[in-house]
Amino acid sequence: MSSVNVLLPQQATILDITEETPDIKTLRVVGKEGLPFDFMPGQCAMLSIPPVGEAIFSITSSPTCRECLEFSIKDVGKVSSALHSVVPGQQIGIRGPYGNGFPVDEMKGKDLLFIGGGIGLAPLRSLIGYCFAHREDYGKIDIVYGARSPADLIRKSEVQESWAEEPNTDVHLTVDAEFPGWDKNVGFVPTYVSDLGFKPENKIAITCGPPIMIKFVLQALEKLNFTPDQVITTLEMRMKCGVGKCGRCNLGPVYVCKDGPVFTLEELNALPAEY
Amino acid sequence: MSAMLLNKEKWPEFVKMLAGKKVLAPQADGDAMRFAAVAEGEAPALDYNNTRVPPKGALFPQTETMLKFQSGSEQVEEPQLDQETVVLGLRPCDARAMAIVEKLFKWDIDDPYFVRRRDLTTLVGLACIEPGMNCFCSSVGGGPASTEGLDMLMVDLGENYLLEAFTEKGEALLAETKDLLEEAGDVQLKEKEKVVGDAEQKIKRKVDTEGVPEGLPGLWEDPLWQKVSASCLGCGTCTYLCPTCHCFDIQDETEGFDARRCRMWDSCMFDEYTMHTSGHNPRPTRRERTRNRINHKYGYYVDKFDVIACVGCGRCTNLCPVNIDIIETIRQVKEAL
Repeated sequence: MSSVNVLLPQQATILDITEETPDIKTLRVVGKEGLPFDFMPGQCAMLSIPPVGEAIFSITSSPTCRECLEFSIKDVGKVSSALHSVVPGQQIGIRGPYGNGFPVDEMKGKDLLFIGGGIGLAPLRSLIGYCFAHREDYGKIDIVYGARSPADLIRKSEVQESWAEEPNTDVHLTVDAEFPGWDKNVGFVPTYVSDLGFKPENKIAITCGPPIMIKFVLQALEKLNFTPDQVITTLEMRMKCGVGKCGRCNLGPVYVCKDGPVFTLEELNALPAEY
Repeated sequence: MSAMLLNKEKWPEFVKMLAGKKVLAPQADGDAMRFAAVAEGEAPALDYNNTRVPPKGALFPQTETMLKFQSGSEQVEEPQLDQETVVLGLRPCDARAMAIVEKLFKWDIDDPYFVRRRDLTTLVGLACIEPGMNCFCSSVGGGPASTEGLDMLMVDLGENYLLEAFTEKGEALLAETKDLLEEAGDVQLKEKEKVVGDAEQKIKRKVDTEGVPEGLPGLWEDPLWQKVSASCLGCGTCTYLCPTCHCFDIQDETEGFDARRCRMWDSCMFDEYTMHTSGHNPRPTRRERTRNRINHKYGYYVDKFDVIACVGCGRCTNLCPVNIDIIETIRQVKEAL
């Protein structure tokens, strides 16, 4: 076989596991010697547990964290369920990184508006951590984050304490319905974005969440006069290879695993809306 | 380029001289022909129209083992790919398909399996003399004696095969078998032109693709997709039997304590192909899946690699259980432009 087989995983070890919500855990993963690979915020990796299988996940840690990679994983499928049953010290397979990542250089000097829903915070968190580590490169940071219920919010202490305490940063939390003890906003993420009335001047909005949330967030941003080149999203797609061969993640002529998963709305508008 | 002649009586000897390599040739499999390994001492006659399943599996097996492992062990074993292979008598359309698919498998990052297998494989084509009833290769850039993707082409001249080599691997094969061959002369080359010209005349079906790649995006919401997919069963036959379809799935399989990770042919006509784990499906019905299949072959692939990913072999039309005809589909696309 050729010297490097890009489709074969390398061994990685589970360092520890955080239970985030009833169905989301964050795994900290380390390669044989530190990080298994270098990456940029927004890129993804294939995790596998033989003989269960392999699936793609976004890397939720920032590349400025040199200790390990973090993955926030929702227990929804065969592989994610198996990843929910791993224990510290266990070996898993990892390959990557895949995808283009966020345009961190083009975003320099801008105010940033992050809009995340549920597990959709995972890829945004990598970028948020990166921006905080390069705080002087970016302007005001607003983070709108919502979930169905307070119990479904991930990285709660980090979001509410660390992020909220960063300079020139506001965190806006919302949940879908009233819950006892919840004193923050109640309502869907897109509505909350409209209510907060963000101004588009010198701002980039970055959103990730369930497809239906993304759809309505894009509409809300349009109403707030954000232009398509000011809006960035990262797409989820079923993927098998991660290297543009297996075929299924195409949006028209582009492969989400190669040319995405990060797209500006301007780019998406030029592609078939099959996401 | 060298041109040689092989008397058909020497065909069995020619095949025997390839001993040591794995030789794949069309052989009867029930009521159909299929590329299969030639048993030692055998030399299957090449009297066939085309195989039901294309020979794409020589470079892109229906199931490819990527890794082997044992339950409970962290040891993994990677299978070695080192078997030199000769594919004998594949049709020029199927060889062209391999060249077309190679563009993707070599795009950006080399696909380790396809590229390795291609390096180990010599493709020996057989020009068509009697095109099938739904063949339309000449409408999509091919022809009965197209050489694209081939290391060597054989043309049936009655008593002899004319053998032409186009690559180092083809030349090496001619050198290996030179004791059986004679130099071909102008007479035979002229004879070839006549045979091929006659075959071209026999291709009855045509498809007009002019303006199709550029026009497809504008037809995204056109009712034609509903129409052409209305009778589709979503069985995936068109894609499994398509020589340019190259999509694959990756799965882990277990048998007792033995397990393997393998990749296998997949089909964009299946709903699970694009379905997210959440249940959300970007291509939820056969309308979107058919639209993607046609756009991929006649639009996206042209965008990316400047070639239509259809070689006109006619298999999808021949074998569709509900008689969906790709030529008719493209005709309707043209009409809607």
